[in-house]
Amino acid sequence: MSIIIFLIIFPLFSAFILALTKNEIIRGLTIRVSICMLASVSFLLAAQYFGNPDKYYLINSEIINYVILSIEFIIAIYIIQIGIKYKRYMVSFLSFVQTSSMLFFELGGNHSAKKMSHHIFVDDLSIIMVLIIAVIGGLICIFAIAYMKDYHKQHSEIEDRRRLFFSLMFLFLSSMFGIVLSNDLVWVYFFWEITTLCSFLLIGYTKSKEAIDNSFTALFMNLIGGVGFAAAIIYLGFGFGITELRDVLSASQSGVNLVIPATFLAIAGISKSAQLPFSKWLLGAMVAPTPISALLHSSTMVKAGVYLLIRISPLLRGNISGHMVILVGGVTFLCMSFIAISQSDAKKVLAYSTMANLGLIVACTGIGTYEAIWASVMLIIFHAVAKSLMFLSVGATEQNLGSRDIEDMHGLIVKLPELALIMAIGIAGMFLAPFGMLISKWAALKAFIDSKNIIIVIMLVYGSAATLFYWTKWLGKLAAVIPNSERLKNTVKRDEWVALISHAILVVGLCVMFPIISKKLIEPLLLDMFNVTGVNIISQGNQHIMTMMLVMIIMLPFGMRYLTSREEKLATVYMGGVNIGDNRSFDGAFGESKKMYLSSWYMEKYFGEKKLLPIGILIGQVIIISTLIFNTFVVFRGGAM
Amino acid sequence: MSDYMKKSPWIMHYDGSSCNGCDIEVLACLTPLYDVGRFGVINTGNPKHADIFLVTGSVNEQNSSVILQLYDQMPSPKVVVAIGICATSGGIFAECYNVKGGINKVLPVDIYVSGCAARPEAIIDGVIQAVELLEKKRLEMKEYKKRKADDIYGTAK
Amino acid sequence: MIFLYILLYIIIAPLAGGIIVGIDRKISARMQGRYGPPLLQPFYDVIKLFNKEVLVVNKAQNFFVMFFFIFMIITGALFFTGGDVLLVIFAFTLASIFLVTGAYSTNSPYSSVGAERELLQMMAYEPMVLLTAVGFYMVSGSFNVRDIMAAPVPAVVYLPGIFLGYVFILTIKLRKSPFDLSTSHHGHQEIVKGITTEFTGATLALVEMAHWYECILLLGFIFIFFSWDSLISIPVGILACITIYFLEILIDNVFARVKWELVLKTSWIMGATFAFINIIIISII
Repeated sequence: MSIIIFLIIFPLFSAFILALTKNEIIRGLTIRVSICMLASVSFLLAAQYFGNPDKYYLINSEIINYVILSIEFIIAIYIIQIGIKYKRYMVSFLSFVQTSSMLFFELGGNHSAKKMSHHIFVDDLSIIMVLIIAVIGGLICIFAIAYMKDYHKQHSEIEDRRRLFFSLMFLFLSSMFGIVLSNDLVWVYFFWEITTLCSFLLIGYTKSKEAIDNSFTALFMNLIGGVGFAAAIIYLGFGFGITELRDVLSASQSGVNLVIPATFLAIAGISKSAQLPFSKWLLGAMVAPTPISALLHSSTMVKAGVYLLIRISPLLRGNISGHMVILVGGVTFLCMSFIAISQSDAKKVLAYSTMANLGLIVACTGIGTYEAIWASVMLIIFHAVAKSLMFLSVGATEQNLGSRDIEDMHGLIVKLPELALIMAIGIAGMFLAPFGMLISKWAALKAFIDSKNIIIVIMLVYGSAATLFYWTKWLGKLAAVIPNSERLKNTVKRDEWVALISHAILVVGLCVMFPIISKKLIEPLLLDMFNVTGVNIISQGNQHIMTMMLVMIIMLPFGMRYLTSREEKLATVYMGGVNIGDNRSFDGAFGESKKMYLSSWYMEKYFGEKKLLPIGILIGQVIIISTLIFNTFVVFRGGAM
Repeated sequence: MSDYMKKSPWIMHYDGSSCNGCDIEVLACLTPLYDVGRFGVINTGNPKHADIFLVTGSVNEQNSSVILQLYDQMPSPKVVVAIGICATSGGIFAECYNVKGGINKVLPVDIYVSGCAARPEAIIDGVIQAVELLEKKRLEMKEYKKRKADDIYGTAK
Repeated sequence: MIFLYILLYIIIAPLAGGIIVGIDRKISARMQGRYGPPLLQPFYDVIKLFNKEVLVVNKAQNFFVMFFFIFMIITGALFFTGGDVLLVIFAFTLASIFLVTGAYSTNSPYSSVGAERELLQMMAYEPMVLLTAVGFYMVSGSFNVRDIMAAPVPAVVYLPGIFLGYVFILTIKLRKSPFDLSTSHHGHQEIVKGITTEFTGATLALVEMAHWYECILLLGFIFIFFSWDSLISIPVGILACITIYFLEILIDNVFARVKWELVLKTSWIMGATFAFINIIIISII
């Protein structure tokens, strides 16, 4: 149990130190030491609790509950006043509603039930999440050390608030640990709200008008989710006397109708993972420095949303809340994959891709069969690693090139070969066979078909087609060998390399080890949730073949040296005979030389953001609102309660 | 491996400064009436895929570099066929200020097909002879490579 | 034992594929009132290409094509040893991406446009291809080619819509008009040779041979639509392949190339309509 407490409390100490010191050496040291400690403790946690039956721990202390309450109160006051200060009254209102109802619940209400509550626990899903948070989140923090230093050198107009930045990063890590290790719903809600606060403060880091606007959008949408969460807790607490996650699951297993709190919790999860209609906040968050995008919005925070959805997936299965979740996930996947085609800003492509993949995970949780949960956990693992790698490499490239437009990454393989290679690994890891995301998508497809949900199958296949288009387009841009282009000076720092290379190794290594991961990590989880052993979604034979393919692909750069024939003669590019000779310009019609420019295909008319995003948001709103109306209807007809 | 070069001659057709008369006749060869396709001829527009360079019209300032570049972008073995009298020597435009002369001013021409416009039968005859030449060049190339390898590896007898 | 099958496949498939392409050219020529090249012309072409000098624009391009070729063989081998249809589709995508990346790497205008159009084609046919696999799974309960072939009733009886959708996108995959956007077999020169513009000699020969392997694989898909656990299914399947291929040749000669919007729209809408209705019907029954 002390390990769990350590994981939650220790980052707070680091945050405290980082908030105080401006000295870069101490800062760097603190971060590196803390991350190493967190990572090792996470592995220790895994080793200790893995394969053990779930451990639930009682924290018998009223004081902690009061501490939590007061912190919530302080946060609410802060948000309310800042909402009023910036004239975002909805934000203040939501925060007021949310916190006052929680206060009412915690102070009034059923004390005896609360006293028996086991606040923290560890099970296999928690372990997987802890490892992801510690390893991926840790690597991102290490990357951020060097990145933020260069960031402020390049953007001298932005106030250097790195103390706040890094302490928030660690506060965030702490609250993520809290979310995945808490059993008491009030605690989960508390840590959830802290992540909302952290993301609000971090998105607004640069203090530009755009950043502030976007941070309030994020706050607003996450607060909607928070209100939903609070509503669910109150409903469960007052209606059924349930305050623990474990009890929620066992109640649903014994047939209690928990559709209404399930819907509210699902809305909380949907808003946190930026599904339609709550997608604007993740798009707006791209204005923040890249480590923030990497940590919060690709590999960890949004995973909190889908984590919650996986936890409550037994409640969602087969009823209207599940259908809502499936539809929201599927429409998000389809819509976001289409829009990503028309984007040329690399971070926006990554944002849309993130939301699309989260949509897949969300749809899997809505279906809730063991195949679907297997697929969703695999998707979480592989997506966290690959997407984080992509964000970090885009960030490093942006610092070197001065731009994050994909058009400017044309020919990166010659200008910055190492970065281009790592980015290529990330791209391949996102959609290509035999890498992890493809395997997970395969499993998701199978799960969708087996659940007889045809609409979502159609959404998956069309979204996958769009996915392959925009990733390969990007890959092609990287691979263009522009002759006579100079290698740019590589200003990527050692810390950044450590993070990038570790990520790349993880992407490839996890794929190679995927059969082992499936057997050792996920099957015990499934055994626990569904009493199913011998999960055989992707057969042994196929796994072997994919490993073989992966090995072949890894041999790629090495083979290049030996497979190219020595008898090759270098020729000029065919440009209708008017190639000037340097392969970059040609003789124009009036005799002057014209530069050749190769652009990617964006199909703005069909897949444009302006066209598709409002439609997607509308559809999302319709789905959620109609579910809520339906639920209200059922309640008033005397269905629930 | 012998004489497969003869069985698959791919042509590239370029118009230098032609009045298009010879060009139309070249294209006529591809039509069902004359059908060079039955010899395996494909009209690729891409020098990198072509074996036989069919040039009509004469050379002037503007297209001399173009012709040369297209020729360079053709992989060996390759054959140049000058079609029509303008490609051979400049034809009736030979004295004009803007005409440099026939194709042989810039490229080593292998086969000349005269005529104004050259008739399809003559063009086909020229292409057939070019194909034979192609095979001969392939053998020369092979011989050359072998000799070069002998020099490098010292395996000459 | 399986290695024997794979070896047989690696040797026989290109021979069969080449002859099919040769027949294709002959029939097309006859449809146009010409004599056309001899039946073995594709082999002559490939052998000639191997005898040509290799010109490259950069050191990496041929190596991407080599990988395209290798993975195309692997894809076919997976299929013909009774493997998993979805894995076959994913490996196919992987192979195509090598080709596309190789074309992009040349930084040539025609190659790049060809590569993008190739990607568009892939995006156009991918949903239908995946839905074909989905259809097979729903009908036979397995993704394995072996199980699909051993069904009591030929799959096409339950999957007529999916079969139609597949034949529709077959035109795209075989690079036939009206959907031959990225590169075409005939002398069509809209973007010169599109994706293969900068490939010469042996590399081009590999692309051609990979096309033969691909041809056999695509016809294999048609075959398994018509196979059931009886020996008569073999001639029936072959007859179906011949008919459909002839239909494709006919379509090729009748239609002119269309714009990319039409390719994308028609394949997506056709796919969605035919496949969707078909799947809904099966899931109800």
